[in-house]
Amino acid sequence: MHHFSQLISTLAGSTKTNEKLEALSNYFASADERDKPWVLALFSGRRPKRVVNSTQLRQWCMEATALPEWLFSECYHTVGDLAETIALLLPPPETKAAAQPLHYWLEALLTLEKAPETEKAAFIRNAWDQMQPNERFVFNKLITGGFRIGVSQSTIVNALSRTYQLEPAVVSHMISGNWDPQQITLPQLLSDAASNPDDSKPYPFFLAYALENKPEELGQPEEWQAEWKWDGIRGQIIRRNGQLFIWSRGEELITEKFPELTALLPFLPDGVAIDGEILAYDQQQQRPLPFQALQTRIGRKNVTKKQLQEAPVAFLSYDLLEWNGEDIRLRPLQERRQLLEDLVQKVQQPALRISPPITYASWEELAAIRERSRDNASEGIMLKKISSVYQTGRRRGDWWKWKIDPFTVDAVMVYAQKGHGRRSNLYTDYTFAVRNGDQLVPFAKAYSGLTDKEIAEVDNWVKRNAVEKFGPVRTVKPELVFEIAFEGIAASNRHKSGIALRFPRIHRWRQDKPVEEINTLDDLKELLRQQG
Amino acid sequence: MQPVLTFTDSGIYCPAGDFYIDPWKPVDRAVITHAHSDHARWGNKKYLCTKDSVPLLQLRLGQDIAVEGAGWGETVQINGAAVSFHPAGHMIGSAQVKVTVGGQTWVASGDYKTENDGISGQFEPIRCHVFITESTFGLPIYHWRPQSALFKDMEDWMKENDNAGKNSILLGYSLGKAQRLLYNLQHTGRHFLVHGAIYNAHEVLLKAGWNLPPVELITPDTPKERFKNSLVIAPPSTADSTWMRKLAPYSLGVCSGWMQVRGNSRRMNADAGFAISDHADWQGLLSTIKETGAEKVFVTHGFSSVLARYLQEHNIQAEEIKTAFGTEEETTA
Repeated sequence: MHHFSQLISTLAGSTKTNEKLEALSNYFASADERDKPWVLALFSGRRPKRVVNSTQLRQWCMEATALPEWLFSECYHTVGDLAETIALLLPPPETKAAAQPLHYWLEALLTLEKAPETEKAAFIRNAWDQMQPNERFVFNKLITGGFRIGVSQSTIVNALSRTYQLEPAVVSHMISGNWDPQQITLPQLLSDAASNPDDSKPYPFFLAYALENKPEELGQPEEWQAEWKWDGIRGQIIRRNGQLFIWSRGEELITEKFPELTALLPFLPDGVAIDGEILAYDQQQQRPLPFQALQTRIGRKNVTKKQLQEAPVAFLSYDLLEWNGEDIRLRPLQERRQLLEDLVQKVQQPALRISPPITYASWEELAAIRERSRDNASEGIMLKKISSVYQTGRRRGDWWKWKIDPFTVDAVMVYAQKGHGRRSNLYTDYTFAVRNGDQLVPFAKAYSGLTDKEIAEVDNWVKRNAVEKFGPVRTVKPELVFEIAFEGIAASNRHKSGIALRFPRIHRWRQDKPVEEINTLDDLKELLRQQG
Repeated sequence: MQPVLTFTDSGIYCPAGDFYIDPWKPVDRAVITHAHSDHARWGNKKYLCTKDSVPLLQLRLGQDIAVEGAGWGETVQINGAAVSFHPAGHMIGSAQVKVTVGGQTWVASGDYKTENDGISGQFEPIRCHVFITESTFGLPIYHWRPQSALFKDMEDWMKENDNAGKNSILLGYSLGKAQRLLYNLQHTGRHFLVHGAIYNAHEVLLKAGWNLPPVELITPDTPKERFKNSLVIAPPSTADSTWMRKLAPYSLGVCSGWMQVRGNSRRMNADAGFAISDHADWQGLLSTIKETGAEKVFVTHGFSSVLARYLQEHNIQAEEIKTAFGTEEETTA
């Protein structure tokens, strides 16, 4: 555990990618062989099953410290991280037991899955007692999940590539998919696929950056394929050896969640992997349903009949990565696309569709088509070079996303709350309101979009202009006006305003704008009417 | 019976003595706990502080202010009030102000810390009827390790930097923290280089007879080699400045109680955070309050509502008071 918590503090203390890379590859070169697959699992989003929840951790910490609930809460909202709050509050360790390695703790935790609560409590209290404060923090973090320490997937891949002398793209593919850190070692995982057969193994997704310049600078329009950018779940459908697997971009196996897609099994040939977008889809109107419909399907293991009727999904295919059991990612897009179209045509199932190409003769024409993206329930256009290979991860050059501008409204801040992580103890989480007659109606929360300097200014303002305190929330004088950007709007009966926004964020601080001139609830309702 | 001290728009006021303690608006007579700018403000007609604070007040507010110094524990009669200064342990010259009127004793703590740092005096709790306490770090997540352990960490960190070919920079408030660092790291034999703001205070304190190690002022002409295997001390405002870029390659350590929480240290882009504070931690606040024997506690700047509520739940009368203190060192206490 000590070795791992050292790694965590080095990673957290460094702001430079190179230093992180070095710390990681040193770690992989020297760590306990049985710890390594766990570390890779943790850093690539493969969290172990949660056997203890955060409410229990809170409870046991309060018992260990004899602090009242309200005081624990005050601490938590100041620190902005439960694992760290607990580590800071616990008294110094009492017993000095043998320091256990990372995998010992993780595997011991897993055995507790079905244990009674008292046994879990005793285990955790005993574990805390054997650890130094920084180790406790890491341990708590392992339990609560959400290990964000600023290490990107590509940094991990590059570190492994350095330690094991393999191409990053190969590493990226090898570590994808389904594997159990208790059953495999890193050398095994990174060895040849033949000795490590895994029918479900997905390909790493190719992701695009936002287009920064004018499309004219990309060259001739005929060199580029344009298609709609859909707002669903990017996914991969794989069929191998008579089995079908569905992966999300977050490398989560989501096969069971979409019976419409698993029903494709008998129609697909073996040895294919299709890249595309999972969307809630209206088969009659031949167009995607709003994202809110898909949301009813996410996060649920068992789908109800009602959900299947109200939000049926379809897979809009973008690309073909494997064909006849062969990895065809290095063939040009044009060729892959032809194979894909033939395949979809042959399958003849409404749940499997081609993401239609947009025909256009000039960049000007395409720009005009892009303006109508919302009419197609799309958030813009994807541009892909027809000669491009299917690369790994986010890359510039061959693929670009060309999104439409977001909606914006001017609103006033009404509540503020302290943030998390590097925004700990700063008021950074705000709720905004629009006008409705002489009332203010809260309609959106936003956390991001301001610079550090602006955050410091707003924080200072909140501290001086807080009116009331409700737990961690401060009501403030309605004076600061912000332009809020968002990607979509939908009716909602869960919100007092009657609307829900998609991806609201702060576009800019309108220090020039008086509160009297902010938008009204009617403005939002009108927008909803136009979009709905 | 009239209270010994009252809370007004201009600051803490003593009606029997007709004076203010650390007023934030200009008044005729100000009694000052310590020289930080949120406590010692410009524009008062007369100042009274400890003898050790006098040169620091003059440095900050000008040589021409009307200031008198009192010795530790010496009673000064101001109209109907008996006033004396007692060590607060916060920085050089820092004091708690004890005011007695008609047998009632109130103590205003200003800022204080309970650990003896070697140069700021040994804090002593004063028995009183009413105690006015700060609460900068009034949450149980704040508990300080002994400074000996923290200075050991700093030494190790500097050695690591030497080995990695990086210059060591410690950020700390120019009045208080900087002297504490210099005093407690002088045994390392390192060459100390400082920013101008620290150099000015240093000159004044050397002249006043304080036993501080020699330092070199960093100027635009300071040759780069001077920074190697040395220690640079600078105020927090220099973080990410062009002034600091000249010191590259460096490793940046931030010395502040706020470094107790990782998010703060990440926000400062610190390579290392040392949770060393000149304020009392949670246990320090609680034990002090208990030792004063006060029947009533007023809680000012910091986590005032939290500390007040906690005291109430432990059967100590407590009330939160809004003041204009705690603005100067917000990020660096």
